Amino acid sequence: MGVTRTGRKPPRVGDQPLFRRMLIGIVLVIVALLIVAPLVVIGVEAFSKGWAVYRDTIIHPDTLHAIGLTVFAAIVAVPVNTAFGIAAAWSITKFDFWGRRFLLVVIEIPFSVSPIVAGVAYLFVYGLQGVFGPTLDEYGVKILFAIPGIILASMFVTAPFVARELIPLMQAQGRDLEEAATSLGASGWRTFFSVTLPNIKWALLYGVVLCNARVMGEFGAVSVVSGNIRGQTNTLPLHIELLYHDYQAAGAFAAASILALIAVFTIIAKVALERQGAGRVRRPALVANPAEKTQ
Amino acid sequence: MKIRLENVVKTFETFRAVRDVSLTIESGELVALLGPSGSGKTTILRMVAGLEYADGGHIYFGDQDATDIPVRDRGVGFVFQHYALFPHMTVAENIAFGMKVSKVKREKAAIDARVVELLRLVRLEGLGDRFPAQISGGQRQRVALARALSVDPKVLLLDEPFGALDANVRHDLRRWLREIHRELGITTIFVTHDQEEALDLADRVVILKDGHIIQQGTAEEVCRNPQSAFVMKFLGDANVLAAEVRDGKAYASGAAIDVSGMADGKAELYARPADLDWSAQGPGIPASITRVLDRPDGRRVLATTETGDQLEFDVEPERAVKAGEGGFVTLRRAKVFALG
Repeated sequence: MGVTRTGRKPPRVGDQPLFRRMLIGIVLVIVALLIVAPLVVIGVEAFSKGWAVYRDTIIHPDTLHAIGLTVFAAIVAVPVNTAFGIAAAWSITKFDFWGRRFLLVVIEIPFSVSPIVAGVAYLFVYGLQGVFGPTLDEYGVKILFAIPGIILASMFVTAPFVARELIPLMQAQGRDLEEAATSLGASGWRTFFSVTLPNIKWALLYGVVLCNARVMGEFGAVSVVSGNIRGQTNTLPLHIELLYHDYQAAGAFAAASILALIAVFTIIAKVALERQGAGRVRRPALVANPAEKTQ
Repeated sequence: MKIRLENVVKTFETFRAVRDVSLTIESGELVALLGPSGSGKTTILRMVAGLEYADGGHIYFGDQDATDIPVRDRGVGFVFQHYALFPHMTVAENIAFGMKVSKVKREKAAIDARVVELLRLVRLEGLGDRFPAQISGGQRQRVALARALSVDPKVLLLDEPFGALDANVRHDLRRWLREIHRELGITTIFVTHDQEEALDLADRVVILKDGHIIQQGTAEEVCRNPQSAFVMKFLGDANVLAAEVRDGKAYASGAAIDVSGMADGKAELYARPADLDWSAQGPGIPASITRVLDRPDGRRVLATTETGDQLEFDVEPERAVKAGEGGFVTLRRAKVFALG
């Protein structure tokens, strides 16, 4: 009696020490083998032939061009998809219209369809044997095996990212805030910039970061439509593959290390944003206390 | 500003929320729209605000047809049930928002002065720098009211303003809203499903059911003279007894009530718990007590008559009654409504 025992928890299912240690052990081994080891290999292999080879690969005109093209694709595709994502989330959550639920499903298609399918589909739409291909060719507009194709394919693959982050949040927020702003005399733009945007900014940034990472890393869809022309239509992921097939393993890894670096920055940004309440975390400050909502 | 609704209709997909409602609200009046959920009260309020457009009919602000004026230009102050305060702005910024976005340009100093004035009006001096998440529910609702008042609205509209608050806070805010209304004299419409709130607060209570107005009047008029069984039941606890009207009298469970002028036939007799008396000896309706509920202001007795009807009535706190006792119930007053 009188002894306080802190830190004791009631037993739960699967709480035996042996089971717990085994489960944690298995997970750690899998993470090490599947995720950490390959990343370490990238770093090690990139510098396996020394710093000079690494530097030469990076500053090689083809690599620099690939980096430039990748960045360019992101500069075009990310803002367009951001605007699209905001527009889509806004329409779906603030308006009632026929086909709303259907649109919600359609927006998510790029997530479920293999990127290569998207690439092939673009071939059939814009290719010379495709629907618009001959017409476009007549006017000298080149989409496939050119930069527009790469951007279109990247945009297809990353279309859902921003919308998907915003829709649940904007659904939870409802229309009250916008209605309040409008009833106080604010214009549509004013309402958007003063009321809507500040309340979705972290989720928006989160979506943008994920979208950007995916645009820069996209391989499947882009590889079908780009034509892999070195120094012309080669993005960074495609360039890595090319180097690898040319038996330039160290070069491939060097180029890959850039993408890996982008990934690391993405994760840091993602964690930082999640601290701000973006992503899947609940936002108590933005939604009125649910205990008070239910009367 | 006088508000007039003329044959207003609103349908959501297949649901007819508001059917042919006509209503006049005098300038400076405080009116409650009272009804159960789905009665159309909030839809009417939102149509007056311009947050919904009427499918048919007209809404006049004074002599001006406001039916198609968008909410932005309608000049109403709207208070939302869940406050709808901008979470990323401080209390002062919330209140200043309407003045900042207004087409009427104001000096920053004038806006600041008005914010201070409004904070004083809603008794939140010194809380201007807090964020909505840092204040209580009752305080949030007061900020919402200050924000709505900041744009000098022609009419103040409140959607279940106290619905999300607990009972004590609700009681205080009710009295306080009444005071503010007296001070400002602004035409005010509020929606509630709480009959006590409507009766306590409003100059006039408009009772709605299924998108229709079924009765309106002062609290006294609707309480003393409910014109239908629905209003009788909706305004408070009522005992219901099957009755038969014959030759100007209604007979129910052996009691007879004078209802001169009413047509013969089946009817229902309604009596408030306070309108029944309990005595150990007859005459009256014989009944036996099934339960006694003790409340701060008296004792509520549940009893069953010999014919199986359930009755509820109140006795004084000192009165010794207990379950199982038999006795007689007499009706002091009652309302009789014909069936069908």
